[in-house]
Amino acid sequence: MDLNTIEAWVPTADPDEWRQGDAWLAGGTVLYSYGSQTLRRLLDLTTAGWEPVTQDDGGITLASTCTVARVWELGDPASATAARWPGLAVVRPCCDAFVASFKIWNLSTVGGNIATSLPAGPMTSLAAGLDGVATLWGPHGGLRELPVAELVTGDGANALAPGELIRSIRLPAHALEARTAFRRLSLSNLGRSGVLLIGRRDRDGGFVLTVTASTKRPVQLRFPAGALPDAPGLAAAIDAAIPAALYHDDIHGHPAWRRDMTYRLAEELRRELLDVPGPGSQEGA
Amino acid sequence: MAIEINGRPAEAAPRPGQCLRTFLREQGALGVKKGCDAGDCGACTVHVDGSPVHSCLYPAVRAEGHEVTTIEGLAATCAHPSGEGDTGGLHPMQQQFVDAQGFQCGFCTAGMVMTAATFDAGQLADLPRNLKGNLCRCTGYAAIEAAVTGTGRGGPAGGRLGDDVPSPAAQGIVTGAERYTLDVTDAEVPGWPGAILHAKLVRSPHAHARIRSIDTSAALAVPGVVAVFTHEDAPDLLYSTAQHELVTDDPDDMRLFDTVARFIGQRVAAVVAETVAAAEAGGRAVVVDYEVLPAVLTPEAALAPGAPLVHGDKDPVATRISEPSRNTAAQLHSEVGDVEAGLAAADAVYEDTFRTHRVQHVALETHCSIAWTDPADGGRLVVRSSTQVPFLAQRSLARIFGLPLEAVRVVTGRVGGGFGGKQEILTEDVVALAALRLGQPVQLEFTRSEQFHGSTTRHPFEIRVRAGARRDGTLTALALDVVTETGAYGNHGPGVMFHGCNESVSVYRCANKKIDARAVYTHTVPSGAFRGYGLSQMIFAVESAVDELARQIGMDPVQFRRRNMVRKGDPMIASHPVPEVDVLYGSYGLDECVALVTKALRRGRERAREFPGGPLGTGELGPEWLVGEGTALSMIDTVPPRGHHAHSRIALLPDGRVSLDVGTAEFGNGTSTVHVQLAATALAGFGIGASDVVLRNADTALTDHDTGAFGSTGTVVAGKATLAAAEELARRIGAFAAEAYPGQDPAGVPLAELAAEAARRGAGLEAEGRWGGTPRSVAFNVHGFRVAVHRGTGELQILQSVQAADAGVVVNPRQCRGQVEGGIAQALGAALWEEVRIDETGRVATDILRQYHVPTFADVPRSEVYFAHTSDELGPLGAKSMSESPFNPVAPALANAVRAATGLRFTELPITRDRIYLALKEAGLAESLPTGRTVTA
Ligand SMILES: Cc1cc2nc3c(=O)[nH]c(=O)nc-3n(C[C@H](O)[C@H](O)[C@H](O)COP(=O)(O)OP(=O)(O)OC[C@H]3O[C@@H](n4cnc5c(N)ncnc54)[C@H](O)[C@@H]3O)c2cc1C
Ligand code: FES
Ligand code: FES
Repeated sequence: MDLNTIEAWVPTADPDEWRQGDAWLAGGTVLYSYGSQTLRRLLDLTTAGWEPVTQDDGGITLASTCTVARVWELGDPASATAARWPGLAVVRPCCDAFVASFKIWNLSTVGGNIATSLPAGPMTSLAAGLDGVATLWGPHGGLRELPVAELVTGDGANALAPGELIRSIRLPAHALEARTAFRRLSLSNLGRSGVLLIGRRDRDGGFVLTVTASTKRPVQLRFPAGALPDAPGLAAAIDAAIPAALYHDDIHGHPAWRRDMTYRLAEELRRELLDVPGPGSQEGA
Repeated sequence: MAIEINGRPAEAAPRPGQCLRTFLREQGALGVKKGCDAGDCGACTVHVDGSPVHSCLYPAVRAEGHEVTTIEGLAATCAHPSGEGDTGGLHPMQQQFVDAQGFQCGFCTAGMVMTAATFDAGQLADLPRNLKGNLCRCTGYAAIEAAVTGTGRGGPAGGRLGDDVPSPAAQGIVTGAERYTLDVTDAEVPGWPGAILHAKLVRSPHAHARIRSIDTSAALAVPGVVAVFTHEDAPDLLYSTAQHELVTDDPDDMRLFDTVARFIGQRVAAVVAETVAAAEAGGRAVVVDYEVLPAVLTPEAALAPGAPLVHGDKDPVATRISEPSRNTAAQLHSEVGDVEAGLAAADAVYEDTFRTHRVQHVALETHCSIAWTDPADGGRLVVRSSTQVPFLAQRSLARIFGLPLEAVRVVTGRVGGGFGGKQEILTEDVVALAALRLGQPVQLEFTRSEQFHGSTTRHPFEIRVRAGARRDGTLTALALDVVTETGAYGNHGPGVMFHGCNESVSVYRCANKKIDARAVYTHTVPSGAFRGYGLSQMIFAVESAVDELARQIGMDPVQFRRRNMVRKGDPMIASHPVPEVDVLYGSYGLDECVALVTKALRRGRERAREFPGGPLGTGELGPEWLVGEGTALSMIDTVPPRGHHAHSRIALLPDGRVSLDVGTAEFGNGTSTVHVQLAATALAGFGIGASDVVLRNADTALTDHDTGAFGSTGTVVAGKATLAAAEELARRIGAFAAEAYPGQDPAGVPLAELAAEAARRGAGLEAEGRWGGTPRSVAFNVHGFRVAVHRGTGELQILQSVQAADAGVVVNPRQCRGQVEGGIAQALGAALWEEVRIDETGRVATDILRQYHVPTFADVPRSEVYFAHTSDELGPLGAKSMSESPFNPVAPALANAVRAATGLRFTELPITRDRIYLALKEAGLAESLPTGRTVTA
């Protein structure tokens, strides 16, 4: 919708240009969707021309302005990138976890999704699930790094300071080399995620479970190779990590359902990634 | 660098915060539609450098230096456009939408076409995923699937009764040329666009408050603001937003702007400005001093002794509010026979309380209107509105502003969906006030959020049922204790309550029936007319109870229904011992509908057994899936009570075609096609086909009074007027031909020649038809489902969906099937996902489409639709109504299927996956550890 209080559109990615009443504009699919009665200027990050995807031996770096459409490309299972980084198997299911259709992906960005910080933010799930670390730029030359799982702190809440921006997300090699699996449930087919879990079996044998959508913020459970959980052990770990109040409550799922589904999907991921024989161990996401 | 739109550079640069959608419309691309302005519906889809985007989310400044293609320019982008109509060629996807008639109101069509036109084979193979960003509220997606995949076949444009005649508007809809309410130019609105002013409403942030004062000075100082209207400007007259043939059907309980706010979202003032932006800024600057008062937010609180009163200041007689001192808008207490005796005589008694929730119509075109005074027409007030009831709106506006009826004209463009929501005046009175005062055209367009918090919803019902049956299957008693929530105002409150309690009860033969019903005021968003008009809520309760009762006596629920449902000739009794005198069995197809559904479900079951891996099969489903079948029936009177009037005018044109003017509005219900087909059928003897009929409609200047398009009357009332007019014209043409060309076969004279001859002799070959909506008939719908429920997650899959409809003679089968499919989809939305939630302060908490889940392509199963073979004695050429009623049996059929699958009775809607799971868990039926892979759709 029209943002009628906007007086200026400024092509900049310089945090020193930011002042009260400004918003970083990335894809605009949140800003233009919800509208605003207060914003005065839009600072357009996409004009910075950041390379959306770069990779080296240490992993992959996504510019915050990388579009979801580009992320989808990155997840192409037939590509050389996918062959090199098997962990990318969860990329496409994450993209498809958006309520937003492929048309919106042509605009919407990774950074915009993480900065919006919805519990059901699929790029938050993806980045957190792959141990992504955000590089943040702040005013006066501020520069810091923060794991995405810690950057998002609640429903629509995050650790960004006023004027601070997400420059990029680094997905480290250890996670990209891992075997990954994906589980999700929603109240409607292809609807907003009520629960979204990503499981990872790292090359060192460790098992990492990232819970999103059912909880107000990402929750990660890590089990080193020597301490892989059995079913009760996993349940106990979830008990300890997620207090009742951390389950999200909104129209997209009752917290009690989200809670039980978290346990259910976590157990499915455990069986799949720890190669527990029996049902629930099929391949694929 | 200029933005290039359809190959031409734009004539202006966008504003810094503007989205591409509004910029394109300002540049004349009126085919770009707004369904949500928030990215959810896809109606605004355009291409930027060939990629589809939602233009409401696209920062317009970013389009600079890029090529934008809108629906108007699509055909020019392809090498071989098909067809050579008036609008030039069509893109193949546009042609497919014409061939398949992949639309009803057509408001979603431009976006659908623009999206689907970009699909490659891979995308075509996964439509649920690739069309999930395009909402259609009308069709249920079956016709859209046929269009997108190119499997729809065209019907004969010149056809008659029983043919799949395409909509006369098809070409305009697929090319973006069809004009909806706000798609105006200076041809429609004098002085457009320069002179047009925009209104924005200031709304109450309090559920209940008295307005001490309103300070408009800061608002008036905002550049561009022209005026602010408040209660001081509003006529001192109470009326209702609801529109009915009889004004007295609804309580007069609201003012244009009141000094008391009764819900969060009630309009308090209107700011009129040169731009929407200035009007919004003005709205923020209006200072209202509220004295906040205690509020009642639930019917229970409203009925408690000593509760704050919503309309305690009103005189019950003058306003026709039943009991203002008890927050009661209307009530009904009746007993036929002796219910207690009936219950005592029963072998089984079932008792439970059912609750239905608030749902919103979500017509894709939001409420909007433009008003101006027409200097060329003696200063007459003209209102162009998105309404189902132009003539009633005209009458109300005349009444509100103390004008003679002739001093007001109401017209519609094509209306982008209604579903009952546009049987109210929610914008017309505001723009009329402003236009009358300012002498300039004024436009008001609701946002999608305003649709949720500032218009109307379906009435929530709480229904306590007590019902008894004997072991032989006799229904011995049916007692209903009903509380309906009308919200802050009583618009449609009485009507929905009375209607809801009528056909839902009279469809069963039962000697003892008792109804106690109350429509209760609360300080929440008003309820209003909604598809089904009370029946869907009551039928949910009654059909669920009937199902339970059958189980209690150990009888198959279908058998139990057959045993007790009315048969042709049975008196139809609800609250009165004597049946309504003007409701007759013009035809009867209930038994056939029940049989059709039963057989279809049986076939589905057999197919599932034979081909367990097939589409209806359960073979792929693991042991954690519970499977069950359920059905429900429904009855509806074909016309609302107490008069429903229609007028049609028809005339032979000089070129040998005929002109047909009808009062009724077209909002996707397909009446235009029906009217044209009825006229063509009556005039078939002269070689007239549907394509020879030139239709104009819904303009109070064209015809005499027409009650409007609600209560499914477009076919049975207005169609009857049209048929009468056309039959009369046929007689006159025949008589004239016999006189002017004696000895010749009247059908042999070319109509153009006849018209010329008639003109020479000064004989006008024209006729009129009228119908007053009585006597009325009854129509039936029966629905059946087979569902699977996952014990581990609560997921519900619809394996089979069947509806049989008793529509009489079906004028246009494809279109009628579309009405049924659309009704099923909308009802599934209400049964499974949609819910308008009110928070603890009384605010609507779900006011964007991402919080209010309207079914997408991915959600709606294809349904089998069957028609009973009936011909109605009362309807035009045997036809009956079929637009509201397909909605009504869906929710209870689904709940009954879930009951059969799980053993659990869901007494509340919506039946969401989380609620199913939690109920299974509570009953000890949930499977807690996974035994198989969870289906992650
Ligand atoms: C129909 C529809 C469905 C959607 N479905 C989902 C869904 O299922 N799940 C979900 O999470 N979201 C959903 N969204 C929201 C949105 O599309 C995504 O979150 C998207 O990824 C946001 O990206 P953007 O670039 O468009 O953000 P923008 O609108 O540009 O920005 C969003 C917010 O983030 C800030 N911001 C943007 N980039 C940065 C940055 N680099 N650093 C700091 N702040 C920044 C902006 O100032 C703004 O406050 C949906 C939106 C629509 C319209
Ligand atoms: S109007 Fe743009 S998506 Fe609905
Ligand atoms: S035809 Fe799709 S919304 Fe009306």
